[in-house]
Amino acid sequence: MNITVAGVKKEAADGLTVAQLIEQENVETPQYVTVTINDEFIESGAFDSTVIKDGDSVEFLYFMGGGR
Amino acid sequence: MIKISESDYIIILKHAESCLPEEACGLIAGEIKGDEKLIRKVYLLTNTDHSNEHFSLDPKEQLAAVKDMRAEGLVPLGNWHSHPESPSRPSEEDKRLAFDSKASYLILSLMDRNSPVLNSFKISGDTAENEGLVIEKTEKE
Repeated sequence: MNITVAGVKKEAADGLTVAQLIEQENVETPQYVTVTINDEFIESGAFDSTVIKDGDSVEFLYFMGGGR
Repeated sequence: MIKISESDYIIILKHAESCLPEEACGLIAGEIKGDEKLIRKVYLLTNTDHSNEHFSLDPKEQLAAVKDMRAEGLVPLGNWHSHPESPSRPSEEDKRLAFDSKASYLILSLMDRNSPVLNSFKISGDTAENEGLVIEKTEKE
């Protein structure tokens, strides 16, 4: 299937989950990453069970924060 | 070295002042030319912590900003936030939550309201390096 990851079109295996894609993309500090599929935010607890579909657009957003 | 136009600096400054007493925050995007980073656009995001001591970027606004950067052919360069009551240097929490060693972390101190200070840092683990920020007097190209 064809998907878009962070604006880049890629081929991916059918049945790929968000958790598998995170691993495949070598996402650093995955515990601080928010994922969207077609602009819908995916709960981190659902990364293992959320299957990416053909044509989906996935974004990884890294938590940004701090304090004085 | 990282460069920001005076007009973009003023956008950040005015927004940070309008958010007082809370910390203000946002993203920066632009170009990388050799060793130089050129900020071409600044993004003003909501501090979802609404605190004078902490900040977190709003994820929905972050997503919109990332898409805008892509549409405009800009690369993400890092983020910025204000310190309403402390100097322009990364706090321990800033270091702990800085996950990208290539990013620039701009910190605007409003501790002295008459003399705001903006610096940019690269942060890797416990180490923060002032990377030298230049505010260009000329308008953006």
